[in-house]
Amino acid sequence: MNITPEIQPVRRKRMSANASLVRRLHMDGPLLSLLTAVILYGLFILYSATGENFGQWVSQVGRLGLALAAMVALAQVPPAWLRRASPILYGVGLVLLLLVAIHGSTSNGAQRWLDLKVFRFQPSEIMKLAVPMMCAWYLHSRPLPPSIRDIGIILAIIAVPSALIAKQPDLGTALLVASAGILVLFLAGLSNLVITLGLAAFGAIVPVAWHFMHDYQKQRVLMFLDPAQDPLGAGYHSIQSQIAIGSGGMFGKGWMHGSQAQLEFLPERSTDFIFAVIGEELGLLGQSLLILLYLAVIGRSLFVSASAQTTYARLVCGSFALTFFVYAFVNTGMVSGILPVVGVPLPLVSYGGTAMVTLLASFGILMSLNGHRRLVGS
Amino acid sequence: MFGSSRIKDHNGEQRLFGGRILFAATAAAVLLLIVISRLFFLQVIKHSYFAELSQGNRVRLEPLPPDRGLIYDSQGTVVAENTPAYQLELIPEQVPDVPATLARLADLHLIDHDTVPGLTRLIRTGRRFQAVPLRLSLSENDIAVFSVRQHEFPGVEIRTRLARWYPFGAQAVHALGYVATISEDDLKRIDRDQYSGSALIGKIGLESAYEQELHGLSGYRQVLVNAQGRRVEKLGGTPVHLETRKPTAGNDLFLGVDMRLQHIAEEGLAGRRGAVVAIDPKTGNVLTLASVPTYDPNKFTRGISSIEYAALRDDIDRPLFNRALRGTYPPGSTVKPMMALAGLEYGVVDPSASRNCNGAFSLPGSSHVYHDWKRSGHGPVDMKHAIATSCDIYFYGLAEILGIDRVHEAMDGLGFGRLSGIDVGGEKAGILPSAAWKMATYKQQWYPGETVIVGIGQGYLTATPLQLAHAAAIVAARGHNFRPRLVTSVRDATTQEIHKLPPIEEPLIQLRDLSLWDTVIEGMEMVARPGGTASSSFGGVPYRVAAKTGTAQVFSLGQNQKYNAASLAERLRDHALFIAFAPAEDPKIAIAVLVENGGHGGSAAAPIARRIFDAYLLGKFDQAPKPVAPPPGATLEDLDEVH
Repeated sequence: MNITPEIQPVRRKRMSANASLVRRLHMDGPLLSLLTAVILYGLFILYSATGENFGQWVSQVGRLGLALAAMVALAQVPPAWLRRASPILYGVGLVLLLLVAIHGSTSNGAQRWLDLKVFRFQPSEIMKLAVPMMCAWYLHSRPLPPSIRDIGIILAIIAVPSALIAKQPDLGTALLVASAGILVLFLAGLSNLVITLGLAAFGAIVPVAWHFMHDYQKQRVLMFLDPAQDPLGAGYHSIQSQIAIGSGGMFGKGWMHGSQAQLEFLPERSTDFIFAVIGEELGLLGQSLLILLYLAVIGRSLFVSASAQTTYARLVCGSFALTFFVYAFVNTGMVSGILPVVGVPLPLVSYGGTAMVTLLASFGILMSLNGHRRLVGS
Repeated sequence: MFGSSRIKDHNGEQRLFGGRILFAATAAAVLLLIVISRLFFLQVIKHSYFAELSQGNRVRLEPLPPDRGLIYDSQGTVVAENTPAYQLELIPEQVPDVPATLARLADLHLIDHDTVPGLTRLIRTGRRFQAVPLRLSLSENDIAVFSVRQHEFPGVEIRTRLARWYPFGAQAVHALGYVATISEDDLKRIDRDQYSGSALIGKIGLESAYEQELHGLSGYRQVLVNAQGRRVEKLGGTPVHLETRKPTAGNDLFLGVDMRLQHIAEEGLAGRRGAVVAIDPKTGNVLTLASVPTYDPNKFTRGISSIEYAALRDDIDRPLFNRALRGTYPPGSTVKPMMALAGLEYGVVDPSASRNCNGAFSLPGSSHVYHDWKRSGHGPVDMKHAIATSCDIYFYGLAEILGIDRVHEAMDGLGFGRLSGIDVGGEKAGILPSAAWKMATYKQQWYPGETVIVGIGQGYLTATPLQLAHAAAIVAARGHNFRPRLVTSVRDATTQEIHKLPPIEEPLIQLRDLSLWDTVIEGMEMVARPGGTASSSFGGVPYRVAAKTGTAQVFSLGQNQKYNAASLAERLRDHALFIAFAPAEDPKIAIAVLVENGGHGGSAAAPIARRIFDAYLLGKFDQAPKPVAPPPGATLEDLDEVH
């Protein structure tokens, strides 16, 4: 710390004791405030969405504490260590994924968990961080935009874990992992031509992918296209969630007064569909407020990434910022009926710990990579 | 693109990265704005549509069935009441696979296999959220069987409901009728909204005839339901204001029927087939309406199995057949007083003039011989003696003089050949023949010989026991004709006021001289006295009885054949008939008794009338019927309804 040069002593004087603590902890003040705002808003709505289940609410607070601790801890790690740890993290994640594939415990018909006796653990969550970090590590010392060979290697780095995760089957996480890696490629300056070709190839792959999809996955897509064809079956989630949102109106029915949510017409009300609870109880204003908060988080993260000094930092930070956007967009899009139902939680709001820890960990890494910038620069 | 030999261009990379970040930030903002506009579409533009859907999702109207009105006999004894019973119900929208569920329930003997097609139709045509009763009364054992497997049957539950209970079981069933599960046919003719919570509807008898009165008005209650359709009290933390409209109970009925008389009548007929109808001649109130054999209506209200029903339907004694209202029998000699009245009114006969009865009668110019029931004849008889001894020859001659059309006119006034208008459905009119009737029915002219046998109540002439009792009541009241009725008063469920229904008087039958009635009634009194055909049943009777016995042929005898009861199969024996009223000078009760294949009216039918008269007029009740408590099980406290 003592090496930090005092460039603007006048400004420093004006900083509060808290702000200086934040700075000393390598945290980004505005980002921390925005994340805190999202988290508090989320806890507020979660109390209603769990049907006043105080026990669930407390356990969520506990997990949040754990996730915040992870964020603060990761922010302290020197960026160079993070970079060097990237391939190790990726390798460990890959081994764990293979272990899950061989003998993981089954939950909800999917093999995602590795029972470590002490706690159960989803290796796919590690990959959400490890894949973009690995891609950035690979590209760090190479000239950008990446060459075709590099693109090929990056795609392989992305494809192996994504395929293992999709096989579990967990399409939502696989898509998030893959998109995190591809975002790295995009940020690395993948040429527009390659992007266009990639999108075309994706279009060509869709029918092939359809062939390999599980029945429930196919059904979700079909239901997205026409939810009314089976209102009590597969289309139920989508219809009930739109009823919840639509009936909320401009200002909502009031906190804890959403009949769709409170009477459990809305499925997964505290997890994947909690955004509909916000819509029903707090209305368009409540939902827009959250989306604006998300936009601010994304904007601030992207701004921070843009001013990062190393290629590795830029690529990882940018990818994490945009992954956060993907979470927010896919979930709100799915809940409001413009995207098919995919198991992606509403970031920092949905009940459940794993995604929360991963997300805040990614922000911890993002802060580390930027909070230490001068140290790195020297 | 250019191989890995390129040198890293830090500034270029940063510029490229900056561009990408800017692009990504813009894309993120645009995509999230698309989400917001989608939300705007849902919450502002389509708000009312979704608000309505959400309202329908949470508030449901639950019908509150009214309590069915009770039925009391003339002594204030309850003869039809409501008792709680465990009912098996199915809510269609909560059952994933209705056919499989019904099949499984049938396999467990919780419902009858034969009821499955009917239930399936009922479930398909009904409302998805409304409970359909599968079975009306579950035994303790059924409840145990269902309870351990309840998890296999989502949407099927046991509810405690009010079910009908007839404490006197099979007694008076042909007057009361019964209620049973609402069928598809019933649904076509009733207001579905009024019956949405009711499981039962009157099927026959008073329960059907007074359905409107007894059923009451259905109420409703708004209930908050969750996604599983289960009722919940609160929405989140807050209770919600919900509307309730209480049902209005059905009105109670009070009958003229006295269950004690009914009991005597049914006991008297026990083991035989027959009917007893007793009427108060001054009001038309039916005091007894019995048809034997009977059946237990409680089986129907609690869901009769197809085997039990088939047994009743196919029973050779036809217990389901209402002989009192629907059995049309040749009235036999019981019409003789009416024939005598017609003769007097038309002035074709001098009542004091004797006619010699030698046991045989022939029409002029015909060789056909009509025999008297007494082959040796009765010797010289005047009108009264002819009635007392039931001389056939006298009435053959009287009928011949009157001719069929005058017979028709006189008997029509006494209610033959027409519906009495009793306040319960299903009665038959019988046949009162005339020349015109025969032409219309058989396209044949009337033969004088057919008039002769009508004179003794045979031939085409048929009547129901109710018509005979009604005719006896008209004679007893000297021409005053009250329409027979079972219900005498109605108690309003809301005000608890009892409204007495005024007797319905039909046009008076006016004879040219009131004394003509007395002549006939005196003849009828002689029937019950020594020398009369019913004297054996009325020995030492302390009141004056006017009566007439009758014996109706079930199959006709050939010329010169003699009837031998012992040699005939029981079911080919004559029907025994008896009409009477008492006290003769101021009649309080008129009666008709029919015993199918009972033989002679004086010996088989008259004793039953005697016992009823003694009970009604002298208060001699040897054995009162005992009401039976409903099977144990549910109690009023268990009731799943608002009261």
